[in-house]
Amino acid sequence: MRISPDEIVFFEYGFVKINFTIVTTWALMLFMVIGSFVITRKLVIETKISRWQSILEMILIGIKGQIEEVGLHKSKSYIGFLGTLFLFLFISNLLAVLPVYEPPTSSLSTTAALAVSVFFAVPVFNIMEHGILNYLKSYVKPIPIMLPFHIISEFSRTLALAVRLFGNMMSGVIILGILITITPLVFPIVMTAFGLLTGSVQSYIFTILASVFIAAAANEGEKDIGS
Amino acid sequence: MLFDWFTFVAQIINFFILIWLLKRYLFKPILNAIDERESLIAQKLRDAEESKVNVKKEYEQYQQKNSEFDQHRDDLLNLAITDINSEKVKLRDQTRSEIASLRTKLKEALHNEQLNMGTEIIRRTRSEVFSVVRKTLGDLASANLEEQITHVFIKQINELNSDERELLQAALNGSADEIVVRSVFDLPIIQQDNIKNTIQLNFNILPIIKFETSSQIIGGIELITNGYKVSWNIEDYLALLEANITERLNQNIEIMI
Repeated sequence: MRISPDEIVFFEYGFVKINFTIVTTWALMLFMVIGSFVITRKLVIETKISRWQSILEMILIGIKGQIEEVGLHKSKSYIGFLGTLFLFLFISNLLAVLPVYEPPTSSLSTTAALAVSVFFAVPVFNIMEHGILNYLKSYVKPIPIMLPFHIISEFSRTLALAVRLFGNMMSGVIILGILITITPLVFPIVMTAFGLLTGSVQSYIFTILASVFIAAAANEGEKDIGS
Repeated sequence: MLFDWFTFVAQIINFFILIWLLKRYLFKPILNAIDERESLIAQKLRDAEESKVNVKKEYEQYQQKNSEFDQHRDDLLNLAITDINSEKVKLRDQTRSEIASLRTKLKEALHNEQLNMGTEIIRRTRSEVFSVVRKTLGDLASANLEEQITHVFIKQINELNSDERELLQAALNGSADEIVVRSVFDLPIIQQDNIKNTIQLNFNILPIIKFETSSQIIGGIELITNGYKVSWNIEDYLALLEANITERLNQNIEIMI
């Protein structure tokens, strides 16, 4: 039984493999960029705006609000990373209703890649915010002996993030596949609906957790500066 | 295969490319649009607030002007009322004065008219009466009438009261001229003698009497001596009638006024 869309390989040349995950990711990227371009091409700053612009603005303002709620006050600095993360996960999971399509997030490679991105984003944002010295100092706080525990914490957090999303998305796809073989009618539709729900929730959770990690590190840095 | 390193690396790269693209084509334009709109709305709100303040200021100015205008209007109205009242009083006084003047003039006019009318009535009455009496007396004038008139005249002389008698006596005594007796017609000798005798008997003098006729006397006899006159005359009755008519007319005019 196929667990990951990585197993569908279209092209292979040595280490390089163009599989279904990469292809769907490219398609998604293309879809999102073209969609963004089309919508933002006719942006107006008047008080009366188009429906699409209104929807996009609502989504962005929502993301911005969520980012600010978790404690990241300079939301504009983080919205590029966190907004892209959320939109990619959300659209990726939402399109699971399409036949043939398998979300890239059901591949551990993708979720791990996103988790590692978050893993690197946390120190990058922290350093950008407070400087490298303060960031490094946070690893030996409150006592230097805590350094290994901080490092373990960082890795385990990243791993948990990756596996959580992968597990949810992959399980949804697998359960759907199993159900289609057992009861091909009606029940898969319900499960697909559930899949949409869990996909949306997971994309939200993933983004919020990434925000919380970044915010926690940023606030830790602020506290250090304060102390 | 659960994990593929190439996919892992490719997805990281894809993700960062996507971040860059979305930042460029989605987040930045939209956030800029939102910011611009917010600043536009903020500007509009500021303008609206400013307009509100201006409107409030203008409204207050308007209210003030309105109250000033009301006050001015009330002042003018009060002034006008005062002027009207004083003018009314003035006009009333003037009208009263004119009415009084007109009434006086009317009174005078009526009085004059009354006088004229009275005079006219008297004149006409007198004329008519005199005409009738004259005609009647003319018709009746005869020796017998003259005799009766003479008889009445003699009786009058005989019945003079003491004061009149004294006055006539004094007049007769002090008279250097002759005594004149006037009548309408020539008195017969016998009546002339009767008059002479009556004077002689009553006043103890021998009178020299000159008997004259006068058309002015309607009917009657008069004796004139030294500015004193004794007469019996129908004219006296007519004078009494004239006095009565005049008094009645005066009463009527007073009622009219």
